[in-house]
Formats: sequence, structure tokens, C-alpha cells
Amino acid sequence: MHARAETAASWPDEIFSILQRFEVRQVPYVPDAGHSQLIERVLGSSTMRGIALTTEEEGVALLAGAWAGGQRGVLLMQSSGVGNCINMLSLVQIFRLPFLTLVTMRGEWGEFNPWQVPMGSNTQGILELSGVKVLRASHPEEVREVVEAGASQAYNACTPTAVLLSQRLIGAKVFTK
Amino acid sequence: MTNTQARNTKVMNRFDLTQRLVTKLKDEAVIGGIGNTNFDLWAAGHRPENFYMLGSMGLAFPIALGVALAQPKRRVFALEGDGSLLMQLGCLATIATLAPKNLTMVVMDNGIYQITGSQPTPAAGHTDLIAVAVASGLANSSWAADEDDFERLIEQSMSATVPTLIGVRIDDKPGTGTTRRDPVQIRERFMHGMGVRQPL
Repeated sequence: MHARAETAASWPDEIFSILQRFEVRQVPYVPDAGHSQLIERVLGSSTMRGIALTTEEEGVALLAGAWAGGQRGVLLMQSSGVGNCINMLSLVQIFRLPFLTLVTMRGEWGEFNPWQVPMGSNTQGILELSGVKVLRASHPEEVREVVEAGASQAYNACTPTAVLLSQRLIGAKVFTK
Repeated sequence: MTNTQARNTKVMNRFDLTQRLVTKLKDEAVIGGIGNTNFDLWAAGHRPENFYMLGSMGLAFPIALGVALAQPKRRVFALEGDGSLLMQLGCLATIATLAPKNLTMVVMDNGIYQITGSQPTPAAGHTDLIAVAVASGLANSSWAADEDDFERLIEQSMSATVPTLIGVRIDDKPGTGTTRRDPVQIRERFMHGMGVRQPL
């Protein structure tokens, strides 16, 4: 059994409010425990469409279609999913899409699972090599500011942006068995 | 699927089918998948409502899904090759779950990667992509028996209450045109066509 050290965090609600304010309509996601509270808010929203994906690169393409059709979106995924997206991030660069993704980090800060470490260690580098600017939030009190900045530069300045929500913020998974 | 036995589906031609589709269109969006699929879409006549994929193999259907959700009142067609769809079979489940009724998908199945030298796909002769689509939850999926049947299925899809997927067996001919490779121009033109952006 794996379990996160649960606390009733307010930052996922702050992210939801920011997405509302930026009029985000399509929210494709591959679930991660760190995103679960935000996903619940999205699925309960009347203005946003939560879209469960089979793999993260579908979400990059979906956001391309969403924007070309006139709607903003954001891709929610775990750091391991960034690796799945590499070829599809070409779309973001060549079509000049206002791409925003929120990435919950694994493979850092107290990680127990060795499988998560290579991808977690390379997440930022891969995104930057793929033309995506990277911001990071490590403490609850900075989430609102960092996600606001990310959404602003993505949607207003058409700057592809990933916000990494660090494992320090989310709380490292606890290995209980 | 060219060597499959007991198939009653005619082997047709991609460019011919694409022309038959485009002739029927008014303001519908069309997303053309990578390679020959979008070359033939381009050759069938430029339309602002066409979106041409020149890379990122396998993602025509997910792009079309994004457009279909953003513009629920507009019919969205997506044209994809069998090899491309094989890379992203999972998207069929995603689309089945969301079930946008304004989405019509066409799979051009020649059983080969024509553009790279006509190597057979791993699915050729073994995997029935329409059966895969049905099993993924896209109940309104069927092979077109011939050109007339293809046109009938296209027209039927225009008033469908669920997403439509049409499989067509095609020959090994290459694409007819060459899409202009300027992604920003393609995307801008498409957004004008979708009515979500005005020219400066």
C-alpha cells in the first residue's frame, strides 16, 4: 500500500480558481495522486471539461485542437508523463500554441521508488529542450503566484510553459508495506 | 489488410475518397493526419477549415477531438492512416468516453507504411481496426463496402447522435499533392476558418 501524508491543502483550490479566471475550458489529464483534488474540482465544474486520457501525448494534441477551435486548455500530468509527450511537443513549437501544463513531480525529495528517479530527474531538462519554459512551486504559499505567472505567460505571451509542482509541496509518497 | 481473406470491402483510392468527402462539405472542419492522408486532403482543394498534420504521427483524432469539443455545433472530420492510428489506439477509448456526436473519423487502411517504402504494418492481415474501434466503445464504426457506401456513411454521420468511425480499405498509391509546410500559416488559416480569430 502506498499512501500520501494527507493534509487538506488549499493550493489545489487556488489553482482551480486561477484556471477559472483564465477561462480554461478543456482539462485533459492522466491522473496523479498530487492532482486528485484539482481533478475533482474540474470534474465538478460547469465551465470546464475534465478529459481522462489514455496517455499524455493525446493531451498535447487535444490542446492543439482546443485552441485552434477557440478554447483554452491545460494538461495535468505526473513527471513520468512528460517523457511520453516529447515528440508531440513539436506541435506546441511549430504551431505556436499557448501551451500550459501542470506537472506533479515524482523522483525527487524523499522518493522511495527508484523507477521514478530517472524521469523525475530529467523532467525539467526535457521540457526545456522541447521549448517549454519551466516554473516550479515547492511551498504551498507560492503556488498561487507561480501558477498565475505560468498561466499569464502561456495564454497572454503565447509562451509554452510547464509548472512543476514539486514533491516537497505535494508530500513524498509513504511506503507502508 | 490487403491479404485478409473473406473481406467484402472493395479496395479503393485515398485521393478519390477524399475528393468525394470534400465535395460534400460546407463549413465542416477536416483534420488531415500525417503523410499521404493530408497530401490528398491538400490536393482535394484548399479550404480554411482544413488542418494539415505534418508531423507528430498518430494524433489527428485527438486534435479533432479538441476541435469537436470546442465547437460542438460544427461537424469535425478526421482523416487518419492505419499506421498512425496503431500508434494511438488508446485515443479511441478517450473519444468513446466523451462521445462527441459531431466527430466523424475516417481510417485509411492500406496495411502499409506507404510513404517510407510500403513496409507492412504489424497489423496488416491480423488486426481489424473497426473491430478495435467497436471494442473501444465506438459502436457506430463500420467498414465502407465501396465508394457509394463510403458516401452513404459520411452523409449518415452528419446527423449521427454518437461519434462515427468509417474504415476504408485503400490501395498502395502515394499521395497526390504536397502540403505547403508552414505550420503557423496552416493554424492561422484554420482559426479564421473556425471563426475564432480575425485577420490583422
